[in-house]
Amino acid sequence: METIVQEIQGVPLNHYILFCSLIFTIGVIGVLIRRNVIIIMMSIELMLNSVNLLLTAFSAHSGDPSGQVFVFFIMALAAAEVAVGLAIIVMVYRNTRSVDINALNRLRG
Amino acid sequence: MIDLIWLIPLLPLIGFLVNGLGRNVLPKSLVGVVGCGVVLISFLLSCGVFSTIYTLRQAGESATFTQPVFDWIGAGSAQVSLSFLVDPLSAAMLLIVTGIGFLIHVYSIGYMQHDAGFAKFFAYLNLFIFFMLLLVLGSNYIVMFIGWEGVGLCSYLLIGFWFKNSSYASAAKKAFVMNRIGDLGFLIAVFAIFATFGTFEFAGIFPQAANMTMGDTTLLLITLLLFVAATGKSAQIPLFTWLPDAMAGPTPVSALIHAATMVTAGIYMIARSNILFTLSPITLQIVAAIGICTALLAAAIAVTQNDIKKVLAYSTVSQLGYMFLGLGVGAFTGAFFHVITHAFFKALLFLGAGSVIHAMSDEQDMRNMGGLKKHLPVTYLTMLIGTVAIAGIPPLSGFFSKDEILAHAFAHSKVLWVLGFMGALFTAFYMFRMLFLTFFGQFRGTSAQASHLHESPPTMTVPLVVLAVLAALGGFLNVPAALGGQHALANFLAPVFAESVEKVGEAHLEHSTEYVLMGISALAAIVMAVVAYRQYVSKAVVPVADDVPRSGLSRLSYRKFYVDELYDTLIVRPLNALSVFFYRKVDRGGIDGVVNGLGSATGKSGKGIRLLQSGNVGFYIFMMVIAVVALLAYGVFNG
Repeated sequence: METIVQEIQGVPLNHYILFCSLIFTIGVIGVLIRRNVIIIMMSIELMLNSVNLLLTAFSAHSGDPSGQVFVFFIMALAAAEVAVGLAIIVMVYRNTRSVDINALNRLRG
Repeated sequence: MIDLIWLIPLLPLIGFLVNGLGRNVLPKSLVGVVGCGVVLISFLLSCGVFSTIYTLRQAGESATFTQPVFDWIGAGSAQVSLSFLVDPLSAAMLLIVTGIGFLIHVYSIGYMQHDAGFAKFFAYLNLFIFFMLLLVLGSNYIVMFIGWEGVGLCSYLLIGFWFKNSSYASAAKKAFVMNRIGDLGFLIAVFAIFATFGTFEFAGIFPQAANMTMGDTTLLLITLLLFVAATGKSAQIPLFTWLPDAMAGPTPVSALIHAATMVTAGIYMIARSNILFTLSPITLQIVAAIGICTALLAAAIAVTQNDIKKVLAYSTVSQLGYMFLGLGVGAFTGAFFHVITHAFFKALLFLGAGSVIHAMSDEQDMRNMGGLKKHLPVTYLTMLIGTVAIAGIPPLSGFFSKDEILAHAFAHSKVLWVLGFMGALFTAFYMFRMLFLTFFGQFRGTSAQASHLHESPPTMTVPLVVLAVLAALGGFLNVPAALGGQHALANFLAPVFAESVEKVGEAHLEHSTEYVLMGISALAAIVMAVVAYRQYVSKAVVPVADDVPRSGLSRLSYRKFYVDELYDTLIVRPLNALSVFFYRKVDRGGIDGVVNGLGSATGKSGKGIRLLQSGNVGFYIFMMVIAVVALLAYGVFNG
């Protein structure tokens, strides 16, 4: 356990921050510009995981395990979210024969 | 006997409940028996109480008892108990209320015989007697106020007894609203009294007040407010216009409430609080001034009225003015004496007028009467006695009581006496005018009315006769020393007014002066009777029809000095305009505008913002991201 922490601490914190920001931005852009719902879901996962990574890095650098505990919660939550999200997508596909997000405009006011 | 005092007001209340609840079930005969019976028992009990008090007074005791019934309200230092005060003043008033009340109840059996609301009428009358007795017997201002409000309510109910006629209903409302103005004065006065003396009980207030200095400002305020209350209830300027309109009620009601008892409540209240008034000379002056003005104004109006009940109504207002004049010049006994004699002869006159109206098939206009002497002999004779009594011709009752007030007024200020004397001239004239127009000359009504003319049944004539005897002999209650009397009533009431007399002393006139004053007023009354006789019997002048134009003073008097119109212009219309303004601008424009504006603004903005909900998920997400970025930026730059 100690070795993993030391491994993480081996890389400067700035690098983690930059890296995670990059992945997060990719996720955001993916959500914004892609039309396929499944890919949007994947982009969301990307955002979540970038945050997870950042939490782990901060946790290791500050020697506080609660950040890593938080990561586990996020992973459990993400799994649940994906389960529900995929179920919705399956139902949408059955009804509209499409997973294009622009087809889902029935909630128009 | 004093222990049974609580029964006196309770019995009419029971009568009210029985008649009120059983009004659709009980037969008329039973309603009459219950309605009159409870008042009769109250009267007999009152006689017992009175004789007890009288015996004690003869023995030289002050004869004042307080009889607690139960504690009613207790809040901090404010303790209010329902308790009754029996002293010479309330004992005498008890006799008037229950005695005359009983006679009028009996009369009503005949008068209201054919009315659909017979039981309701008796229920209201009993309720009135109950509240009047509370007012008279209350040993503190709160109980008195309950009675005060209650009689106002009964007055309203009975004026509007035939409420299907909308002008009667609005007369009832007018009476109620005008009384309400006065009642507000009473209420504030009671608060001020509590703030000053820390109690509502008469027995606690008056000894404290007696130690205050003459002309104390708090007392001035309290007495002025009490006087406002009295002007409302007792129909004085500026609140007198409701009383003539109150004649819309059945005639027994006019006799009982609007002549004999309720309207004298203001005088009773001031006589009860005499020490407070004695210590505020300014208020007394105002009372005297208002009293004499009312007496003159109402008398001047009565001279040209053609409705028999209107004449009597204005006469009542005028006589009440005399009573206030008496109070104002410190003649508390004289004022109360006039209350008693006025109760006798005015109840008599009203009941007599009722008998005439009954015989004339509900005709009230004297221009259509005349020559009724032959057809209604009992009514004529009794009304003649009433008229002579009110005109102040000796030895009937009105002479003694009015003269006592005028003598005190003379001792106080010559001007007041002259004005009062002028009022007495008017009184004699309009009363004889009424008598002559009604009973003398030729019959001027329709032939249908002529064929229907009849003397009233005994239930109506017997009370008339009893009242006529009282009106004739009532004056001997208080024969002045100048005529060899004992001032019996004054001696009887002495403990009630003792403190006041101690403060200012009693006015004394030389006997010779008194003889002159009495002679002048008695002579003047007879002269005015002769003048009226020449005008309305010898010349047989009949007042002109309504549509004939009148000129000068006669027009002013006939139009009641335009007081109603004046109030209409000065108060009613501006108030109405203000109400309309508040309704249109403030309520509908302002408050409704805000409420409706909020509603429509929400609706309209919803309509606009709705367009943002395009249903395009990508757009939503984009907006979300923008918002998050914006929040972050805000956090970064302002954090």
